[in-house]
Amino acid sequence: MLREISLNILDVSQNSIASKASLIEISVEIDTRRKELVFEIKDNGCGMNEEQLANVTDPFFTSRTTRKVGLGVPFLKQAAEATGGSFEIQSQVGVGTRIRTLFHTGHIDCMPLGDITETIWSIVTMNEALDFVYTYRCDDREFVMDTREIRAIIGDISFLTPEVSKFIHNYLEENKQYVDRKE
Amino acid sequence: MKSLEELRAIKERMQGQIGVRADNSKGTRVVVGMATCGIASGARPVLNKLVEEVHERKLENVTVSQTGCIGLCQFEPIVEVFEPGKEKITYIKMDADKARVVVEKHLMGGTPVAEYMLESEYR
Repeated sequence: MLREISLNILDVSQNSIASKASLIEISVEIDTRRKELVFEIKDNGCGMNEEQLANVTDPFFTSRTTRKVGLGVPFLKQAAEATGGSFEIQSQVGVGTRIRTLFHTGHIDCMPLGDITETIWSIVTMNEALDFVYTYRCDDREFVMDTREIRAIIGDISFLTPEVSKFIHNYLEENKQYVDRKE
Repeated sequence: MKSLEELRAIKERMQGQIGVRADNSKGTRVVVGMATCGIASGARPVLNKLVEEVHERKLENVTVSQTGCIGLCQFEPIVEVFEPGKEKITYIKMDADKARVVVEKHLMGGTPVAEYMLESEYR
């Protein structure tokens, strides 16, 4: 079981990476008044056929060959539904996949968001050949990080060089604090 | 709100250094299992620590990357080290502190850390 919502995001985003997507859009939207957290991941990868889509929440169905269980998506669905929330997935072969998960944050079984900065930072820097659009919103404030804008500025310098890597980390963290009204 | 402006200065500073990084295909590969099993066991801080240490210590011939399930879920977080011409070393039940030790002793010092290795579980 994954103990943070951000670890679930890290986990299921690997599916988008494995799907040979070139653009992955991740958003986290928090509504403090309604006590809801919604995250979405949308990719332009290979998509799933109807059989795969119908079985994606079955832990004993997986496209993997190393073992016979696939727990990532079932864990996520279970975690969302335990809060009275929901899990939705849409997919089309050759077009891509989109998932939307809603958590009721006031529910006692709702796991914490956790360290979303570390999660997004590792997804983005470890997969710099892919483009990411990350949106973090809390009520009426939001920030968006589009890695294509970063790439346009730094050219062929790697995201993993210490200065750039640190910048991306600070950019994510400081803007999250602004959105959360902690500064 | 922090803007991307600072990146332009970073780019300016690094302009002269482009191309310094050598071809990595013959270097050491460090791979972290990042499937559900790895992540649930704490692979994220291990991966982030390895990336940070390798780059801060300027280990130009080492690349850190991620992979899916290695098939030994009970031993996660797992880190595999592939050095050219040597047998693969598998480190198991890793954490961020152990990752730092592996960077210092194995990647920099050249001596694998036996106590974290898969085989020692059975000794």
